[in-house]
Amino acid sequence: MNYLYYPGCSLEGTAAEYDISTRLLLETLDVHIQEIEDWNCCGASAAEAYSDLLSHVLCARTLALAEKMKGPGQILVPCSACYLNLKKTEEAVKKDKPLLVKINKALAEENLVFRGDVSVRHLLDILSTEVDIWKIKEVSQNKMARFTVAPYYGCQCLRPFAVFDDPEEPHSMDALIQATGARVFNWEAGGQCCGASNTTTKPAVGMALVGRILNAARGADAIVTVCPMCQMNLESNQKKISHEQGVDLEIPVLYLPQFLGLAMGKAPTDVGLDKNLSNTREITAKAI
Amino acid sequence: MMSTKKKIEKKYKRGKLMGLLSQERLLAEVKQAKEMVQTCIQCGTCTASCPNLDFMDITPRHMWRLLLTDHVQALFSSKSFTMCSSCYFCTLRCPRGLELTHTMGLLKQAASRLKLKQFQRSSLFYKAFLDSVEKHGRVKEMEFMTHYFVSMKNPVIPFGYASLGLKLLAKGKIRPEFSSLGKGNFGGKGKLEAIFKKVAELEE
Repeated sequence: MNYLYYPGCSLEGTAAEYDISTRLLLETLDVHIQEIEDWNCCGASAAEAYSDLLSHVLCARTLALAEKMKGPGQILVPCSACYLNLKKTEEAVKKDKPLLVKINKALAEENLVFRGDVSVRHLLDILSTEVDIWKIKEVSQNKMARFTVAPYYGCQCLRPFAVFDDPEEPHSMDALIQATGARVFNWEAGGQCCGASNTTTKPAVGMALVGRILNAARGADAIVTVCPMCQMNLESNQKKISHEQGVDLEIPVLYLPQFLGLAMGKAPTDVGLDKNLSNTREITAKAI
Repeated sequence: MMSTKKKIEKKYKRGKLMGLLSQERLLAEVKQAKEMVQTCIQCGTCTASCPNLDFMDITPRHMWRLLLTDHVQALFSSKSFTMCSSCYFCTLRCPRGLELTHTMGLLKQAASRLKLKQFQRSSLFYKAFLDSVEKHGRVKEMEFMTHYFVSMKNPVIPFGYASLGLKLLAKGKIRPEFSSLGKGNFGGKGKLEAIFKKVAELEE
């Protein structure tokens, strides 16, 4: 299996461990990736609140660079926000040819042309539909049997484009978690919103949503995520919200590839567990 | 006889919050957003699906109604549209298939262009972010947050983020970059400057 790889800005900074663990997991599962050369930011939630055209042009620049590269026409994206932004542009130009012309006028400044024939896929899409899950099962030997894990999907890998999972009741992580021997925590918050950038620009609004999710996760041993923004929101506000609500809501939050990597015998530092903000000591101790 | 448009104009010229903005200007800014919700049947599925409803003074359904009836003053006197965290539940569930999250985005864009006060903090956040993208092609988190704090001109706000910032620094996830401090627009030629300029030109 070969894919082009778009890490996105977060994976170079605050989500470095998502990048480290994703690369390691894919290598272990014989999925080959090739990073898109000179890729740029997808615009995150900023561009769409600023200008539709800018938002599409930023994504189209990266997609045009991907088209220029020889090889696989599919792009693997671990970050849900990047995934959705790139996907939106991929879908928009299919329906709106004048938009494509406009985008290419802007890209002409860098002598780039976007044709619109690449396809953007989320890491979870590829993990849950393409890779051999038996390999995870075989290697991990029920190593995570002591854990009950809450799969947290967030919004943008599920909605508005229902590509690989039920956008209301997602389950694509279940089989992956079960392949490690762990139990899937039964909850309804897996596809709820973490508050996104509201936690920064309107903290009270964002924290209310994070609080709801952390409360719903009580009883699970860990939460696994597939999005840097969700991860940051769920990890960095635990102490504050616990204090405010007078309940202990602290829980380890891991990126899915970190969890799968640990299950497949990788060392905690190899999956970047030292970089997590939540307390992962217990899970590390139990998993080794 | 006074035309409907004139009546609305007269009515809203008395509005306090956006007294300086003409009704024509407001209507022009929300034109695309209004088109997006043209077939809204006011069922309220969006309202029932919104996770941030508790923080809204008017509901999403009510917002679409105000938009369709040209009550733009009332729409922008509310903070509701700034609460949207783009979860896409309303878009997914809308029985008319309307792209409501996108419409919220269009309202945010309009508020930013109109320089509305209640949207200022988000607006500055997005601006600092995009400045960083224009300059480097990618986001340098530390640099853009520093710029955001400076642009808010409020010395107290950064302390709310200090403990997280220190944790991220300790984990080596962000690096301090002081070079850009104090310069209005980062200075120098940005990596994506040509493209940003062209987009602005195409949008005129």
